[in-house]
Amino acid sequence: MWEQIAANRRKSAFLVILMAMLLAALGYFLGEYFVGKGGGLGGVVLALVVWLVMTLVAYFQGDRIYLSMSGAQKVEKEDLPVLFNVVEEMTLAAGLPRMPDVYVIDDPAPNAFATGRKMETAAVAVTSGLLRRLNRDELQGVIAHEIAHVRNRDVLLMLYAGVLAGAIVILAEVGLRSMWFGGGRSRRRDSEGGGNGIIMIVAIVLMILAPILAQLIYFAVSRKREYLADASAAVFTRYPEGLASALEKISQSPAKLASANKATAPMFIINPLAREGQMAANGTSTHPPIDERVRILRSMAGSGFADYEASCRQVRGKGVLPGSALKDGQGGQAHAPRRSAMDGIGAMPGSRRREEQQAQAKEAQARAEQSWDGGRKQAREVDDFFYKKHRYDRVECTCGATLKVPPGFQLDRIRCPRCGREHALPGK
Amino acid sequence: MLFFFIFLGIIAVLVIWVIGVYNSLVGLRNRVKESWAQVDVQLKRRFDLIPNLMETVKGYMNHERETLEAVTQARAAVSGAGDMESRMAAEAGLTGALGRLFAVSEAYPDLKASTNFLALQEELTSTENKIGFARQFYNETVMNMNNKVQMFPGNIIAGMFNFQTEKFFEVADEAQREAPKVSFD
Repeated sequence: MWEQIAANRRKSAFLVILMAMLLAALGYFLGEYFVGKGGGLGGVVLALVVWLVMTLVAYFQGDRIYLSMSGAQKVEKEDLPVLFNVVEEMTLAAGLPRMPDVYVIDDPAPNAFATGRKMETAAVAVTSGLLRRLNRDELQGVIAHEIAHVRNRDVLLMLYAGVLAGAIVILAEVGLRSMWFGGGRSRRRDSEGGGNGIIMIVAIVLMILAPILAQLIYFAVSRKREYLADASAAVFTRYPEGLASALEKISQSPAKLASANKATAPMFIINPLAREGQMAANGTSTHPPIDERVRILRSMAGSGFADYEASCRQVRGKGVLPGSALKDGQGGQAHAPRRSAMDGIGAMPGSRRREEQQAQAKEAQARAEQSWDGGRKQAREVDDFFYKKHRYDRVECTCGATLKVPPGFQLDRIRCPRCGREHALPGK
Repeated sequence: MLFFFIFLGIIAVLVIWVIGVYNSLVGLRNRVKESWAQVDVQLKRRFDLIPNLMETVKGYMNHERETLEAVTQARAAVSGAGDMESRMAAEAGLTGALGRLFAVSEAYPDLKASTNFLALQEELTSTENKIGFARQFYNETVMNMNNKVQMFPGNIIAGMFNFQTEKFFEVADEAQREAPKVSFD
């Protein structure tokens, strides 16, 4: 698996280098166009400076800025033991050097994301909407996907790719605007008979096309990382159905995440910015279409990288993982195959056939419906966590109800809505 | 003279290559050790949780003396196990005994309503999962190590410095490989 991740990094690095070359070319032709012959080098230097400044800003801004922006609350084990345990389990499966911090965002839209440039400083966050909807197996699939982003160092890669795309967009924008308004020196040169018409055309074409190209590359890199994270999640959990059914549930929710933005979108489990009615398989999305991801996961014959690739070829007509992942593709079943389940004590035989897996999926669904009590308990735990964080007072009524009193409550007595008893509020 | 320098160059490249392979072997061996430590931590955690569980369950499950005793005995077998082989067998026995205990507990609604029991059940279930996932990762690192040690040309260096293949953590009990059979008649 380690080799596989290195190879994948090389492949993504190639796309990023392509973007860097695009940036340099843009800088060169802008320089030639505005400064005149020999100005290209200066243009490249300018492009590099823009890129460097943006990289430094992005790097030192801290990768946790989004966590604080979205109002994420850090979770300790006592708060939400199941979530905490699931993250710990996936940390072990991925062999991360340190367990990522766990955060919860109070938002009804079910979603999750990972952040952290280094594995040592990583964090995963899930929304309360996600916790309310998913059972343990599904939650495990989602967390495995996020842990895979951490393990594959996708946060850092997408940071680089995003900064490069941003620098290209800014340079092109500045170029176009000064062409409209300032005119540039080359026009005078032309009238003096400089005759660099070709450079002018190339510069204009680049200014228009480079930003579009850069963003397409950015989206392509992002989608590649999503497929790889899905495949890794299947390898970690040895149970692709968990993630598949989670993705299905998440996509069915109409709620949209309030706090997502373009820069953070690639790290979510599903695209938080997807517009309604957006073309499923177009090139301007950070995420592959969900139904395709679900189909790939569902038609996996086992749970290794090779199984994912085979299934991907079948569903999409082409594969997504690099060759070395497949040579190395013991991933799934060679040793100690198992899956976890709520009652999963003891090991299960590994390379399951598809019918068996589908039967298991049905059974899992039946179990999820049966154990609705478990779901309610989890939802209550999530609620209690946020009540506590927002400093609500708790009053236990003798009828069994628990009253949650908001911190700004003015009166010194409160009536239980269920049985009508009055309670004195302490500290008022 | 030229021949001498070429010879020297070849020697230098060889030495650098040997150092590289040697270091990667040491790295792999350390990773195997580290990932085994993770398995061990979880096994220890399960061991420590059991007295707590027994204390909680005792009041409710008076009629299941046998099941409870089986867990206690399996735990004692773990602490009594000497070498690695017998320890793994004992751990597998403990997994089985705990599984039976939780299966039987379904029949006691009072117990299922106890928050203390539910918290312990989540802890133990999760610990079982963690043992499994840590083992999965351990086996992966072992396979990387063994591939390096056995495949050409790493096997030459491994032989020179006496690197050994590591053992996989397999499920010791043959019966456990089988998924439980369920029949509805």
